[in-house]
Amino acid sequence: MKHWSIFGGAMLSLVYLAGCGGGSGDGSGSEGSEEGGEGEADEVEVIGEDSEDATELTFWTFNEQHIGIYEDAVERWNEEYEDRPIKLQAEVYPIEQMNNNLLLSLQSGSGAPDMADIEISYFANFLEGDVQLESMNEHVEPVLDDMVEERFDIYSKDDNYYGMPYHVGATVMYYNTDIMEEAGVDIDEIVTWDDYVEAGEQVVENTDSMMTTVEVDEHFSFWPLISQRGSDYFNDEGDLTLADDTNVDTLQFLSDMVNEDEVAEVTPGGFHHSEEYYGYMNDGGAASLMMPTWYMGRFIDYMPDLEGKMEIRPLPVWEEGGNRTAGMGGTGTVVTNQTEEPELAKEFLAYAKLSEEGNIALWQELGFDPPMYTVWDDEAMDEPNPYYDYFDDDIFDTLLDLNGEIEALNITPDLPDVQSEIHTNVLNSAVRQQNQDPEEALKQAEEAVRSGQTEE
Amino acid sequence: MERSETMANKKTFSLKGILHFLNSRKVAPYVFVSPFIVSFLVLYLYPMIQAIVMSFQQVLPGQTTFIGTHNYQRILNPTFFQALGNTATYVFFTVIILVMIPIVLSVFLNSKSLYFKNFFRASLFIPALTSVIVAGIIFRMMFGESENSFVNELLGLVGMEPVQWRYGAGTGMFLMVLLASWRWIGVNILYFLAGLQNVSEELYEAADIDGASAWQKFLFVTMPALKPVIIFVATITIINGFRMFEESFVFWENSSPGNIGLTIVGYIYREGIQQNDMGFGAAIGVVLMLIIFVVSMLQLKFFGAFKKED
Repeated sequence: MKHWSIFGGAMLSLVYLAGCGGGSGDGSGSEGSEEGGEGEADEVEVIGEDSEDATELTFWTFNEQHIGIYEDAVERWNEEYEDRPIKLQAEVYPIEQMNNNLLLSLQSGSGAPDMADIEISYFANFLEGDVQLESMNEHVEPVLDDMVEERFDIYSKDDNYYGMPYHVGATVMYYNTDIMEEAGVDIDEIVTWDDYVEAGEQVVENTDSMMTTVEVDEHFSFWPLISQRGSDYFNDEGDLTLADDTNVDTLQFLSDMVNEDEVAEVTPGGFHHSEEYYGYMNDGGAASLMMPTWYMGRFIDYMPDLEGKMEIRPLPVWEEGGNRTAGMGGTGTVVTNQTEEPELAKEFLAYAKLSEEGNIALWQELGFDPPMYTVWDDEAMDEPNPYYDYFDDDIFDTLLDLNGEIEALNITPDLPDVQSEIHTNVLNSAVRQQNQDPEEALKQAEEAVRSGQTEE
Repeated sequence: MERSETMANKKTFSLKGILHFLNSRKVAPYVFVSPFIVSFLVLYLYPMIQAIVMSFQQVLPGQTTFIGTHNYQRILNPTFFQALGNTATYVFFTVIILVMIPIVLSVFLNSKSLYFKNFFRASLFIPALTSVIVAGIIFRMMFGESENSFVNELLGLVGMEPVQWRYGAGTGMFLMVLLASWRWIGVNILYFLAGLQNVSEELYEAADIDGASAWQKFLFVTMPALKPVIIFVATITIINGFRMFEESFVFWENSSPGNIGLTIVGYIYREGIQQNDMGFGAAIGVVLMLIIFVVSMLQLKFFGAFKKED
């Protein structure tokens, strides 16, 4: 069956190679198979190709949107530094494939691009062993005071900053004002999570919608909530504290919203990036959604019917004076040590991500809340764009208000293991199936991560 | 002129010599098998040895260290056993289904009284030509969780509640086995049909004279004659079952709720590639290899494949 066909294929190609004879046949054969193994990029975009003698840099990403920011940066760079222009080749791959390819090429010492985007859940894998990424300290340190520092800490190891963030990822609550009005709820009256659940009961009673949805296949319901409460998967020393009291209590809260109070339901499709969810939300399935600010783009792209109806507010608090947000998600852009132009690549990356213009572009191009908070009240941020058209105008007033309430996430090499437990077991058994109580589920996950821990 | 002629002669002579050498009785067989030997050495033996070495290492960029049997000690964890359990269940069901059903179908397809024989043969074989991934995506849509998905709508017609196919352990296993069965039945029918061509007509004639019923003929003539094919099909189904990856991947990618779709190969992929723990992944791979070896041996012994033909 499968292996016969593979065997047959190998046989045929060998016969073919033997027929060709000589090195040339051999060479083209192996080249072809190498390409097949790496897979084609979904999209390749060459930016700045008209400039002659430009230094070529390759860039891998998993999100086509992200390229926008570099288009802008290359253009400005090539105008400003005419003597050393850049030609950026941006390649988009599916996220899993990109991470696997990048890991393997850094492990084996060849085949990596000059620059790459690494998503936060995967980042820890790249900090193991001798880090194969270039330290960005010389560019980061001078501007660190203007930045939301926590967003740099998550991509660092031993005081070296490797990943340049795209956004703060402040988690906020998106309310569907139509449904809220129908239910008779004033969203500005919702201050605590208790208020939120109460409002939810009103929504369920008076409308056909649910108050919100809880992710069970991804972490964007659980992680922001524990981070908001100052907890995390790991403590500051990097020890696993997955099953601590705050986390158990938070998971209980999520489960109660779905199963006891019945104001929320399990997200259709399992997570807030599924096709099923986009359709459900667009049709007014739920009255609110907790996601980071970078989720705005999804509203615009996938939920056109909600334009003008959605308003953004800080998260309800757990106790008076508590944090009203949490920094979530994120992607660090790195320079790999396989680049032939480390200085140029680093300087360009800093130019794109650490400058004022770059940070303003992050908002204007991508709708992200830029890590440099000193630009948040810049005039350029008020210029009209699709995000302001879709949502209310005071997005950055809300964000400025929240600055300082963002806790750092503790990233360790075991993070991918924890995420995998959260996605497969914990939320599913505690919230969807209810065959374990939150404490059991978290304890079991902790156990599983411990048993898989590598020797330090 | 003369000189160049002798050179040309010399050249043809040496070319002849080489051809002669390659064609000689002693050398020719090796020449013909050499592609396979080389591919075996380069593509199978070398990676295998490398994997065994790696299973004793912690492999990190620039820091590869031997850590003894630590990787193997970590294997005996609940996730691994769950993967093993899932895989074993999958193997059990696929072997039963992919041996029994194709035998029955191939006997029907071989029967003289069946009309549209070629049409049925072709339509049963077509699934084998599709890719698991493509077929799997269609399966996933048909078995979607909403009540509007194809299968749930059928269930609704007979008054049953919609099922969340991809979220229960039982239904999840059902999906994987169903996909594999749908895809491979045609191929196995082909093997059995080929086997049936070798059953001697005289045996059936003799059975007729003895007054055997159709069922008795199937049981005592057809089945023994098909035994080598059954052994072959069962063996490759077992091996492929243990190596299964795609059937689970198309339904859940790499994280299924409660790991209901996690297979051993999926576990290797998750630990070795995604979590960058190649040493551990290699150790699981070595254990998987041993499991397949032992199970195949037991099965071959059980079927009596090692006994000499009488």
